[in-house]
Amino acid sequence: MGVAPIEVEQPATGQSAALDAPWVTLVWNDPVNLMNYVTYVFQRVFGYPKAKAEKLMLDVHHKGKAVVSSGTREAMERDAETLHGYGLWATVSHDS
Amino acid sequence: MTWDSGLPPDGLPPDDEGQDLDEDDQELAASFRPVPGGAAAFFERAQADVVRSLVSQIAELVSADSTAAEAAEADAADSLETQLGLSTHSSVPEDPVLARLLPDGYADDPEASAEFRRYTEESLRSAKVASAEVVLASLPPTGGEVRLSEPECQQWLRALNDVRLALSVRLGITDEDEDLTERLSVGDPRSAYIWVYQWLAYLQDSLIEALADPS
Repeated sequence: MGVAPIEVEQPATGQSAALDAPWVTLVWNDPVNLMNYVTYVFQRVFGYPKAKAEKLMLDVHHKGKAVVSSGTREAMERDAETLHGYGLWATVSHDS
Repeated sequence: MTWDSGLPPDGLPPDDEGQDLDEDDQELAASFRPVPGGAAAFFERAQADVVRSLVSQIAELVSADSTAAEAAEADAADSLETQLGLSTHSSVPEDPVLARLLPDGYADDPEASAEFRRYTEESLRSAKVASAEVVLASLPPTGGEVRLSEPECQQWLRALNDVRLALSVRLGITDEDEDLTERLSVGDPRSAYIWVYQWLAYLQDSLIEALADPS
């Protein structure tokens, strides 16, 4: 699956985090959430510019899912929890 | 995901008396507009009643079997998990609506999902109830002008989305391109809620646009 390149600051939490392969937050397509709502949530939650948020939204829509953030497992769980608060279908996954 | 048509639905569901709203009311299908500091919309009484009823149901559903309620019933006041605000839930709720509102955190790792749920589900439930309460507090009892601050708009967006997610499960919506009005038979009591579902999409869309284009 092609995903948009995402700029993420490397966590300065020491060796173990740096050695681990990064974790990602996935958002899955669903038939309910409005496209402009999903774009709005990506902008608001991640601070992404509108163009990037729209591209991610379209990736979710057309490909069924998209990586919306990456980083430590803890950070990804926080992202997923935040997205659940907005009603988006988000899961954490180990990048592979 | 779904595109919103950008048009109000053709009608609204019957009100409590079973009367259809007339043509004038249809043209007034409530939608938000930007105002300084937030957004505003005018709700007819029937429209306010519909939103209030559905949002209340979500709040009740989400809080019904929360850990706090369970703890009270089970006399588990000393439960460490309760004191720490951890959920005793570790599996996806059986009710498909709750399962959609409180989804798993991992797609294919039940153990990690259970752990994620223990640490997040209770606060997620609380947040959804809080959003519902903001909506209920801002809706005039007999309808009228609703004027929201920007933070209140955020709560409304989430609460409206929760209602739409719940309705989609109850209506069995799985295909975003399907013509909803053709699927349910005329006599199906759920058919009225298709109009509600579509109106709420229109309402939510107008609120997003109002936030994106502040006055």
